Amino acid sequence: MASNPLADIFPPSAPPPAMRKQTGIEALNDALGLCLQRDPTTLLIGEGVPDPKGIFGTTAGLRQRFGPQRVLDMPLAENALTGICIGAAISGLRPIMVHQRIDFALLAMDQLINNAAKWRYMFGGQAQVPLVVRCIVGRGWGQGPQHAQSLQSLFAHIPGLKVVMPVFPDDAKGLLCAAVADDDPVIFIEHRWIHPLRGKVPTGYFETPLGKARRRREGSDITIATFSYMTIEALSAARTLARLGIEAEVIDMRSVSPLDVPAVLRSVAKTGHLLVADTGHHSFGVTAELIARITCQGFDHLRAAPASVALPDLPCPTSHAWAGHYYPAAASIAEQALRVCGVRIGEAQRHELNTLQSDTPADIPNPDYCGPF
Amino acid sequence: MYLQERRSTLDLFRQMLRIRRVEEALAARYAEQEMRCPMHLCIGQEATAVGAISALGQDDRIFSGHRAHGHYLAKGGDLTAMIAELYGRASGCSKGRGGSMHLIDTEAGFMGSTAIVGGTVPVAVGAAWASQLRDEGRVVCLFFGDGCFEQGVMHESMNFAALHRLPILFVCENNHYAVYTPLEERQPARPIHAIASAHGLQAQELDGNRLPTVRTAADEAVHRARAGDGPQFLELHTWRWREHCGPDVDDHLGYRAPEAQADWLARCPIENEAARLHALGLLDDIGRQHIENAIQHEIDAAFDAALRAPLPRVEDMYGHLHGQ
Repeated sequence: MASNPLADIFPPSAPPPAMRKQTGIEALNDALGLCLQRDPTTLLIGEGVPDPKGIFGTTAGLRQRFGPQRVLDMPLAENALTGICIGAAISGLRPIMVHQRIDFALLAMDQLINNAAKWRYMFGGQAQVPLVVRCIVGRGWGQGPQHAQSLQSLFAHIPGLKVVMPVFPDDAKGLLCAAVADDDPVIFIEHRWIHPLRGKVPTGYFETPLGKARRRREGSDITIATFSYMTIEALSAARTLARLGIEAEVIDMRSVSPLDVPAVLRSVAKTGHLLVADTGHHSFGVTAELIARITCQGFDHLRAAPASVALPDLPCPTSHAWAGHYYPAAASIAEQALRVCGVRIGEAQRHELNTLQSDTPADIPNPDYCGPF
Repeated sequence: MYLQERRSTLDLFRQMLRIRRVEEALAARYAEQEMRCPMHLCIGQEATAVGAISALGQDDRIFSGHRAHGHYLAKGGDLTAMIAELYGRASGCSKGRGGSMHLIDTEAGFMGSTAIVGGTVPVAVGAAWASQLRDEGRVVCLFFGDGCFEQGVMHESMNFAALHRLPILFVCENNHYAVYTPLEERQPARPIHAIASAHGLQAQELDGNRLPTVRTAADEAVHRARAGDGPQFLELHTWRWREHCGPDVDDHLGYRAPEAQADWLARCPIENEAARLHALGLLDDIGRQHIENAIQHEIDAAFDAALRAPLPRVEDMYGHLHGQ
């Protein structure tokens, strides 16, 4: 681990921040409360925001603290409500929209792509859209074709949109605060399985810069660049790889756009090997983009062809019988890493890889992954 | 008639005439192929823009769609900056990034027009929401066409505006055609304004080519919106004289009945208002000529200034994608 993993947020000269253990849900709830408290122009709106379940608990208690004008539910009209939030944003407010499933945001693609992404540019910088759209990626328990898509590459393709995907609770909090403070539209993608993760989180308000990756494990043999929940799988894979003599450096990309290519280039210059793991589909996806950038800009560093781990090019099937085949996990990452490093997969390797096969069904989060990290 | 009212009435006539003459000048020069962007002229629809906007104050805000020149000018948008924008100049109102379909003049309260039918509808509602949340007393006015009424976002937006009783005036310029497709092929035989009423808006249907009619209705609607009575809706019947997009007349294509075209040409909002002002003794031939001359002078100067302005620098192309 880096000596001070929070050096980008809290300068070395500052006293170390007070920390407490929180889940992703608690960290997000904390971030929303702090954003609403420090800036009265901040609004929070979405289907279910003030309801008894409060978006898996992430918005719990906020209406009671900040009132029904600033924390409110919305009609089932994603496109108009996105446009309405854009209108509020160009008028000086800072709306945070929430979609309980990212699939619902597809109804708002006109407003997101034609207006939010372009408003500043097409009017020559005379207006801005400080809008955050929280989108939750479902997984497991039969979420199926329309409740489990991971659409980061779709949004990241559009100039003018920033796309963020936190994993750990401290990043969830810091990146959400930074997204709300940002003067441009940010698509804030939360994989549903990051919500129960537990970790140490600095107390109080702080911002984690958008577009900066964070090294979560230091290694010398292969760089595993990861997006969202695949970071958890990669860290698990890295422990197994270490037993097989491969030290993996795991870089949690944290943002899809801007993409921290320099961070990966620096790591690949050291390791010479690259594996990219993403929660989205293979084709035209985030893994392809990052591999292309590194190959074009750092070809001389690479000692072998890079590889990727991502979802198959298929809608998500519902039956739990398929979940283990649809979702690649730590074992796939470890096996791909061995292949990239040119390690022949023999008896010993197969044995270690088998230990990665979880007893937990692939449609339920592995309780071992809940941290603390 | 009091002097102030007389000036104001004459000024609204002057504004309509100015919009007409500006667009005629744009059409006359379009063939030079120096204004290289799609252009949707509102010739024939000047009374909707001037009448509705006359009810607004300087601090009130408007949004519009692809046919927005009239709205921009009626709200006080800078003429030279608009023409420079059409010529792709760095001094254009959108710095050369927008063209005719993306106009803005925030100082004048013209907050933006965009090129997707229905695109600015929720944005305007959001601006009205912001006004309400901050108790600004500002009314937002939104212009859109009959085609927009077929978009889902229109209905979603009216629903939210009514739910929160927002201070907004929806102005539907019903010119009966979406490009070449008549309203009858797109919507059932029921009035547009009745759907707005069903959404909970206070809605009226009016002759959009009669300035005093539009003005009076807009005055009352804006007053109600500002007083907290919730969203208002005006369906204004009007007629686009020229082609959907471009400088020419396209009635030789035969998509509109010649009788209807003749009828609407006879209902010219400008000449009808001129006749009314004549009858009231507010305008004579000499007065009209003075107004025409002043407008022509302003237009010539605006074209000169716009054409003298530099094109944007290549290195500025990447600017304004993000803030900071």
